[in-house]
Amino acid sequence: MTDTVAYGLAIAALIAALFAGWHTLTERPFGNSLFYVIGVLEVALVALLVGGIAALSMTSRDVDGVLFVSYLVTVVVIPPAAVLWGIAEKSRWGTGVVVVAMLTVAVLCVRLLDIWKGTHV
Amino acid sequence: MSDTSHGFGRVLVAVYAVFALAASARSIVQLLTKAGDAPFAYSLSAVAGVIYVVATLALARGWRQLALITISIELFGVVVTGLLSVFDDSLFPDQTVWSGFGEGYGFVPLVLPLIGLWWLRRSRSIGAGQT
Repeated sequence: MTDTVAYGLAIAALIAALFAGWHTLTERPFGNSLFYVIGVLEVALVALLVGGIAALSMTSRDVDGVLFVSYLVTVVVIPPAAVLWGIAEKSRWGTGVVVVAMLTVAVLCVRLLDIWKGTHV
Repeated sequence: MSDTSHGFGRVLVAVYAVFALAASARSIVQLLTKAGDAPFAYSLSAVAGVIYVVATLALARGWRQLALITISIELFGVVVTGLLSVFDDSLFPDQTVWSGFGEGYGFVPLVLPLIGLWWLRRSRSIGAGQT
């Protein structure tokens, strides 16, 4: 768990949020390109989950393991949940749900780094 | 299906769900691992968590009265807790969602109940499924 990984994923999530927000503003339906962007992010987040657990088992840092893994799992669950629930809404606000989800993922990635470094409250 | 969970309400329910998860998960961790450190702050976190969970369900299901009650408590809670934490921060040795008017969460906890109340009014006047 490094700054590059955490901020890189947070920025990727923000880009996905902007892309979804553009869909919301222009009333575009949920399309393939948005689906692929979220899909790529989701693959990276699953890799983060696996890598994070591996790093946790090897580190000598004093990391709050339960909290760390619960954040990792939450971050993986959010995008598919948002897509399923967003698609069910046929108005422009369906992609709005995705905006909220992507912003949440970005915040959680930064929080993950705090937990890893032990600087969280 | 309910009128409060459609259109813009869909996004509102999503934000409420995030806060329901954040507040209740945080309070569970706090109460399980260090309940003695700040009992008042942690109990308040737990109450806030429950309020958000109930408000999320009420908005998603279209239970207007319950949504109105829980969102009003939420607004009251964030304002009173915000004032208390400004005037007497010894009550809050550790953060809650509502301390400092929700500054730890980008002040979203302060704005969210206002949007919630606005949406309850608006979704009633325009009927189901609009905007």
